[in-house]
Amino acid sequence: MILSFMILLPVVAALVVATLPGADAERAGRARVVALATTLVEFALGIWLWTQFDQTTAAFQFTENLPLFAPFLNWSLGIDGIALMLIELSVFLMPLCILASWVAVKKRVPEYMAAFLLMESLMIGTFAARDMFLFYLFFEGGLIPMFLIIGIWGGARRIYASYKFFLYTLLGSVLMLVAMLWMVNFAGSADIGVLSRTDFPKEAQFWLFLAFFASFAVKMPMWPVHTWLPDAHVEAPTAGSVILAGVLLKLGGYGFIRFSLPMFPDASAQLIWLVFGLSMVAVVYTSLVALVQQDMKKLIAYSSVAHMAFVTSGLFALNTQGIEGAMVMMLSHGLVSGALFLCVGVIYDRLHTREIGRYGGLADTMPKYALVLLFFTMASVGLPATSGFVAEFLVLLGMYQTSTWATFVLTTGIILGAAYMLWLYARVAYGKAAGDDTRAMPDLSPREIAILVPIILATLWMGIYPKSFQAPMKPAIAEVVARLEGRELATVPTDMTLSPALPAIAAPAHAAESHH
Amino acid sequence: MITILVFLPLLTALVAGLGGRVIGHTAAKALTTGGLFVSAALAWVIFTGFWLNDTAGYTVPVLDWIESGGLSVKWALKVDTLTAVMLVVVTSVSALVHLYSWGYMEEDPSQSRFFAYLSLFTFAMLMLVTADNLVQMFFGWEGVGLASYLLIGFWYHKPSANAAAIKAFVVNRVGDFGFSLGIFGTFLVFGTVSIDAILAAVPQHSGQTFSFLGSQVDVMTCLCLLLFVGAMGKSAQLGLHTWLPDAMEGPTPVSALIHAATMVTAGVFMVCRLSPMFEASPTAQAVVCVIGACTALFAATVGMVQNDIKRVIAYSTCSQLGYMFFAAGSGAYGAAMFHLFTHAFFKALLFLGAGSVIHAMHHEQDMRFYGGLRKHIPITFWMMTIGTLALTGFFFTAGYYSKDAILEAAFASGTSHGTFAFFVGALVAALTSFYSWRLVFLTFFGKPRWAGSEHIQHAAHGDHGHGHDDHHAHDHAHDDGTAGYHPHESPLAMLVPLFVLGTGALLAGWVWHESFVGAEEGAGFWRGSLAFREHLMHAMHEVPAWVVYTPSVAFFLGLGLAWHVFLNKPSIPIWWQKEVPGLYQFLLRKWYFDELYDAIFVKPAQWLGRQFWTRGDQQTIDRFGPNGAADMVVVGAGLARRFQTGYVYSYALVMLVGLAAAAAWMMR
Repeated sequence: MILSFMILLPVVAALVVATLPGADAERAGRARVVALATTLVEFALGIWLWTQFDQTTAAFQFTENLPLFAPFLNWSLGIDGIALMLIELSVFLMPLCILASWVAVKKRVPEYMAAFLLMESLMIGTFAARDMFLFYLFFEGGLIPMFLIIGIWGGARRIYASYKFFLYTLLGSVLMLVAMLWMVNFAGSADIGVLSRTDFPKEAQFWLFLAFFASFAVKMPMWPVHTWLPDAHVEAPTAGSVILAGVLLKLGGYGFIRFSLPMFPDASAQLIWLVFGLSMVAVVYTSLVALVQQDMKKLIAYSSVAHMAFVTSGLFALNTQGIEGAMVMMLSHGLVSGALFLCVGVIYDRLHTREIGRYGGLADTMPKYALVLLFFTMASVGLPATSGFVAEFLVLLGMYQTSTWATFVLTTGIILGAAYMLWLYARVAYGKAAGDDTRAMPDLSPREIAILVPIILATLWMGIYPKSFQAPMKPAIAEVVARLEGRELATVPTDMTLSPALPAIAAPAHAAESHH
Repeated sequence: MITILVFLPLLTALVAGLGGRVIGHTAAKALTTGGLFVSAALAWVIFTGFWLNDTAGYTVPVLDWIESGGLSVKWALKVDTLTAVMLVVVTSVSALVHLYSWGYMEEDPSQSRFFAYLSLFTFAMLMLVTADNLVQMFFGWEGVGLASYLLIGFWYHKPSANAAAIKAFVVNRVGDFGFSLGIFGTFLVFGTVSIDAILAAVPQHSGQTFSFLGSQVDVMTCLCLLLFVGAMGKSAQLGLHTWLPDAMEGPTPVSALIHAATMVTAGVFMVCRLSPMFEASPTAQAVVCVIGACTALFAATVGMVQNDIKRVIAYSTCSQLGYMFFAAGSGAYGAAMFHLFTHAFFKALLFLGAGSVIHAMHHEQDMRFYGGLRKHIPITFWMMTIGTLALTGFFFTAGYYSKDAILEAAFASGTSHGTFAFFVGALVAALTSFYSWRLVFLTFFGKPRWAGSEHIQHAAHGDHGHGHDDHHAHDHAHDDGTAGYHPHESPLAMLVPLFVLGTGALLAGWVWHESFVGAEEGAGFWRGSLAFREHLMHAMHEVPAWVVYTPSVAFFLGLGLAWHVFLNKPSIPIWWQKEVPGLYQFLLRKWYFDELYDAIFVKPAQWLGRQFWTRGDQQTIDRFGPNGAADMVVVGAGLARRFQTGYVYSYALVMLVGLAAAAAWMMR
């Protein structure tokens, strides 16, 4: 019942917040407190969940099943390690988001808090759903609060941004729904566990894979369906960006590992060239675009696309290191890019501009801030001992076994990533302040420190002792890898040939021969 | 013991860095410096154990790190002779540099930050040299890169310092790109990243081929070359050297510690640590050797014409690193490590001496505005002279032993690339002597030329008094070129490190050459921590006499020429600049590497970025994607508004209709 409780509690709290009595200022104050309290309770429950979780099995735990409209839509919940860690990420970021919006949001505060609470509920639901249609509801429904957050509390071009977001996601979700219908019809069950063990015909897998791909690729986002992300980030309020980058971008990756890989293993193996190709383009393309951005949030948004390309390529390396790396990358990116958006928010609240050129010299005037920003800059470029390194390293190590070409191209990302992030940092923190208003900005407040320090600690923990985070996910990932074992790989970009022979997943003879 | 040695600098760095404002500058400085002296003392204890006794190598596990599938990486501290040598170098120079900085950075408002960075750097460097696996080495590798970035950009108000810091980090990342691919490949082939396990398995994998970027290549050659790209970045070898001269933007103690004695030698250390792998690939060895030799030559030629005192020493460092690499490429890893060891003493000495000169000359770094300083700062002069003697290989100084060993080994290796390296190395020895003595002559001899310097004028006429007779300065003209300025010798905190390093520069070669490169003692000293070719060491002692005398001849040639050109006939350099401006500019502009890279990498990257952004994202994807869709669906602005504000509901509607359709279809 714990999962139901975690899903329903924010909904109740959202209703309470939205219907609070009293004058505006009073309501706003109460809404903040209720929202913070609720998210903290959720966080505590999340930690409890983690401590109670059995790390030795890939089976779904904390399961519950309430036949709602059986057999087609069941309130069927349960989590494995992958879902657990993503829930942890969500409940960890949520209170920080509420704190970050404490003073920055002044308009319609109760509604704003309610939207965030609703979103928390839907995100947990997405990760906890064991019924495919229930997943679909949460998965697509989770975007509605985000539309609202961008559309109501966003910046000047908020309508355009949320509309773009909407158009992209619409197409994907329709195709996915059609595919889901076909699958349930074929397998006779909407249970994700059952579907993951169903062997769909190879030709069907191909089309199903593409239909799901349409939805997940947009959510990731992968190149070339990424252009909604920079606009959405730029227009979203700070906390909105944090959730968008921290959790919503993980939905696509979660979808790939929960659906595409185990349910369509043959198609996955056959279509790695598609994923690798798009990922390779994404890393180089978006890194170069990030290099020329003048808007801080756009820069970080483009860097997110590049990081997400590491996730997709890690997943489709189809081996343990690649997939574990991709999962760590999701968690790490959730922390680091969330924190980077919080950092942007800190100075945006003071100067009300995201233009990089308006800052400078913050190392003098805001030394604590400069230190924190430096930390997250380094985490973003994947410095060892931060979470980003563990992720990048595992992903690339895994990919190397599948395709050296793809690894080669993706690894250039570490050079370009360093270039745009350090240049950003130099323009913001070093040099001289751009104006008197920049110089007058006060350093981090205790509230801001309280938001950022937990993320620093988590990032270091994940970088120095990632075992704590990897351990719950290992059995679940092992099961996915087992599903993929022995599938015939696409013949195009693989060069897993080591003389005399390399024992790894399916290096079919003709793949090796095709090189000669 | 090793645990305390390694983690003490981290601890003091954290306290000084995060709590510097609370505990104050003096406490922060005392803490970091004290910590480093403790570490240095421990390092000498460990080193002595390996040098005089037969201490066996050991590994101290610390913590599990990354585990995934067949990969298992642990935090662990590995100690053997090779590590012990590096421990001594790193902690000793670092401790002395800490001490020196008390004087050099005395007036800086962010001293605690500076000392915290220095200690942080030392920690990362110690993690690098004690790494028992490639991933931890990479941690140290990137950690020193971070510290180097922070310290180069320490004076972050200067745009040039910022640019140099970014350049250093990014160019090093190019090296890391190769290093990473090397690690991945090594794991693919060996199934482990543990250095001991890899080196043990080298014989069974040597000669194998694997597919890399679509072509079949020799495993060892490919891996060694990829790893060597990393070494090239860190050790500023030709092609990836451009960051090192610019790194001189950092405070001078940083240049001494990071960009002379320790970090830049990490590449040499890595090649020596993995020497059994390189031994398995003659091709890789040849490449290492040739690149080393070319770097030595390139940097020496550029060093001859630079005017900034620190840049001359920086190019000299680059050039000496080239020596170490061609020694390694010739198979004389002991000689490479020996030169690394002695070089740390005399190059740190030269940098700290240069810092003392700069300190005395009110931050003027241009040697054209020096001259005649030996009477004013005699101690610095003598120490710099000792450093120069050692660098140029004067008899029985540290550099004499190590450079001779390298040249003889290159000759004795008998390979064509070894012979090439020998002749290049001999030529470079002459060039080294020339530019080093040029530095000494321009700085300490001749007449003062200080009047042309803005820094000096500022100091002499400025309002913040630097000498007791400042107020007289503009009363009467100074036609002796001093502009009325009186340089002062540096404080004791800066001189003591000079004495210690000076002693090392004089004696280190004589004391340790038998251990490092002796044919009999060497093997017993290294005890398998690097590939030690005894027969090569024997062959070294049997080279023809002219080979033995070549370095000494080169020394006197360079010295004589420098004396003739800069003291005897100072008109010659000016004539030369006028008569062959092309060559002069070519050298002064450092063979135009920066211009070339700017034109083929930096500019195109930015251009491409803009093209992708405007043409790609905005004019193609958006135009035919979401915007195009909107144009098709919606006609007219009014409709558009209604559609756009109502999209949330439409979305919810689409989703529900979809589900309803699903239910209907299921129940049919």
